[in-house]
Amino acid sequence: MYLLQLFNGLSISSILLLVALGLAITFGLMKVINMAHGELIMIGAYSTYLTQNIFKAYLPASMFDWYFVLAIPASFAIAFVVGLILEMSLIRFLYGRPLDSLLATWGVGLVLQQLARSIFGAPNVAVTSPSWLDGGLMIMDGTLLPYKRLFIIALVIACLVAMYFYIYRSHEGRRMRAVMQNRDMAACLGVSTRRVDAMTFAIGSGIAGIAGCALTLMGSIGPSLGTYYIVDAFMVVVLGGVGKLVGTVLGAMGIGMFNTLFEYWTNASLGKVLVFVCIVAFLQWKPMGFVAMRSRSLD
Amino acid sequence: MLQQKWTPQRIWLLVGYAAAAAALFSAPMFASDFRLNLLAKFLAFAIVALGLDLIWGYTGILSLGHGIFFGLGAYAMAMYLKLEASGGMPPDFMGWSGLKELPYFWKPFENFGFAVAMGILIPSVLALVLGYVTFRNRIKGVYFTILTQALVIITTTLLVGQQAFTGGTNGITGYSTILGASLGSADTKRVLYWITAAVLIAVFILCRYIVGSRFGKVLRAIRDGENRVRFIGYNPAIYQMVIFTISAAIAGIAGMLFVLHVGIISPSMLGIVPSIEMVLWVAIGGRGTLIGAALGAIAMNWAKSEFSTAYPEGWLFFMGGLFVIVVVFMPKGIAGLIGQIKFRKKRKEEDHEGIRNPAV
Amino acid sequence: MKESVILQCDDVTVEFDGFKAIQGMNLKLEKGELRFLIGPNGAGKTTMLDVICGKVRPSSGKVTFDGKVDITRKKEHQIAELGIGRKFQAPSIFPSMTVHENLEIAMRQKRTVFATMFAKLGDDERSRIDYQLGMIGLRSKASWRAGGLSHGEKQWLEIGMMLLQEPEILLLDEPVAGMTDKETDKTGELLHEIAQLRSIVVVEHDMEFVRNFASRVTVMHEGKLLKEGSMDEVQGDDRVAEVYLGKRRDADVSRSTA
Repeated sequence: MYLLQLFNGLSISSILLLVALGLAITFGLMKVINMAHGELIMIGAYSTYLTQNIFKAYLPASMFDWYFVLAIPASFAIAFVVGLILEMSLIRFLYGRPLDSLLATWGVGLVLQQLARSIFGAPNVAVTSPSWLDGGLMIMDGTLLPYKRLFIIALVIACLVAMYFYIYRSHEGRRMRAVMQNRDMAACLGVSTRRVDAMTFAIGSGIAGIAGCALTLMGSIGPSLGTYYIVDAFMVVVLGGVGKLVGTVLGAMGIGMFNTLFEYWTNASLGKVLVFVCIVAFLQWKPMGFVAMRSRSLD
Repeated sequence: MLQQKWTPQRIWLLVGYAAAAAALFSAPMFASDFRLNLLAKFLAFAIVALGLDLIWGYTGILSLGHGIFFGLGAYAMAMYLKLEASGGMPPDFMGWSGLKELPYFWKPFENFGFAVAMGILIPSVLALVLGYVTFRNRIKGVYFTILTQALVIITTTLLVGQQAFTGGTNGITGYSTILGASLGSADTKRVLYWITAAVLIAVFILCRYIVGSRFGKVLRAIRDGENRVRFIGYNPAIYQMVIFTISAAIAGIAGMLFVLHVGIISPSMLGIVPSIEMVLWVAIGGRGTLIGAALGAIAMNWAKSEFSTAYPEGWLFFMGGLFVIVVVFMPKGIAGLIGQIKFRKKRKEEDHEGIRNPAV
Repeated sequence: MKESVILQCDDVTVEFDGFKAIQGMNLKLEKGELRFLIGPNGAGKTTMLDVICGKVRPSSGKVTFDGKVDITRKKEHQIAELGIGRKFQAPSIFPSMTVHENLEIAMRQKRTVFATMFAKLGDDERSRIDYQLGMIGLRSKASWRAGGLSHGEKQWLEIGMMLLQEPEILLLDEPVAGMTDKETDKTGELLHEIAQLRSIVVVEHDMEFVRNFASRVTVMHEGKLLKEGSMDEVQGDDRVAEVYLGKRRDADVSRSTA
């Protein structure tokens, strides 16, 4: 039984991680809190929904199962573009003003949600999962690991690995880390911080899109899909600290696992309270989260 | 500054305040019962806005959790009203959940004084505890803000989840009397309106005193540079805790008044969205000016009640857009805009730096 | 000069993520002493001040204030209340408040919430602030927002705030950076004047300034004490010359240490 709970915890952690990944990067890099991140997830989910509809309408039924393979890059691309537009039109005015960026992007989120409601209608819509993700892996009697959840975990790992290589092994990533550690110095050395910021924000948004795509496997989707995850995802960032991927991974694992366990032991509402208490208690010990970058400046 | 000189400016300001207070108190003579009830609700919101401005505008701490403090005050009052309506018997929703006995923590709420005390005390203590575990460890800025938002989520989940004790999603409604007076009668409503107006003025005066005192100056110093304050010898954590607690208590008072006028409190009225809307009122009115925050709350809610029923979709677009515009282009709100025009000349002489000092 | 020791640092070590910024530094400050702390970049001078004022906690070692209190266990605001004031390298004043308000909250007073809530600006306090305003030459700008002052004026305001704090020890990090020659001289004289009553530690790069005003100089290098003595002794020391000439060919420095 605990094995199943463990698996559920892992599954929740992986979704949280996917949602928080983009947030952690944008916050770490530009000190911008993007409350519209949840709506980018929603955009990713609706992109998947549209891809599905297009397959249904124009392609033979035998091809239908493969729509999901296309939906992942499509969600990424659409969220990427929306993120890029958002960054260029609004976010760049808000660098280094985390609280203001939080409020402004919340406004953006509100508009995007309402837009989705106008286009797709307020009720939730269902996305049919491809049949190859039905069923699950039987590891022992009575313990079934659904393929969908396994797929999400694999997807998250793939994203994580891709991000790792992007950040730590590519030229773009090196520039990004340079800007993150010392914006002025990087600018002096000829790094176009504008470009790095825009790219990073767009990539963070793209990952949110993938998260939205993954969420379609878990249930029906609606305009306020993202809001369910956004606060938890922010808690991951708070718990994990900023600046390093490993912090975000640990934060997501911690919250996802404890959430599942506490909810299993008590009930859903009490479980959430306990997780919150644990997070606050943890912050008493490490106020800056798992990983923290030290700086010598006064403020 | 504390020098009390009777400059013409000061006299005009006082005359203005007196006129505003007179207008507030005489409103029942002009407004219909319906309008008066709406206005009373807005005044309750203006009280929250004042408390929120104390911590956001003056101290630089953004709380997205004021809906909770407001809501806890409201629930305390609602529990009293509900018990008065049911005559001390377990309220209807408890029966639906199969609860036959009145829970022990409900019992004392039969007493009006106790309920009012709790409506102030519970939000204050919660704020004090949260402030203690965060400010002491220098968890601040967005980290603090996110924690307050998480507090909103867990409190609303708890309120929804513990249906037998809290009325769940429906909240607590169906009141009849307060201290024996019928809540439905126009006379009671008028008295409640006056009480709300008086409380608003009292809270306003209290906030004026706080921001004008040396304590208030330390708060502004914390906003400008928390660490520097520390090296002067103040402990910013204590100051932040105290002002956060005061702010929460004010929100609790506002919540109690709100229930009296609206007649219902439910988790959806204190969730994420209402909490952040409160911040919007202050942002639009002008953070860092008390009168701006109060007027912002009244104006925004008036606009909302005018437009949101007629154009529900348009209203959300409008609100979202307003958020973006205010934060990006008018960080000091309408009051700041007026101030900017008024003092443009003076500021030109002064500087280029201090103004662009976001509350972070 | 009086005999008693106001501040004693024993074997202070500071580590930043494995990097030892200070390794076993010792420092002894007499009451009423004006001490200059010099050394090449990265020697740990500023970090040393950070340790004394509580901003950085040493991984080992002891800092004793007034012969009895170990301040490495205290919080910054407690240390400030004991009587150690700090001026940072970049002027850090409260930009949105007026000059007068800046001084008002810095002034020595009870700093509890209760006290400040009911504090009234009395005649005594007003005259203290007014005196200080005159001393730092900002009387005519008392009602300006501090953010609108020039760089030099901000420096002075911060010095004024620190003096009103009336600390036993003043820690100054490059107080004359960005000042004109005239302002620099004025600052030096002011420091001597203050040192009649209080003890001062100054971190400085401006060798001209150090030579003109220093009585005792401590040289740090790579987180350690290199040499301590009068300016002449320090200038005559071979190791000091080597450290400076080897690391930094700053004309000004080499001239002064040669």
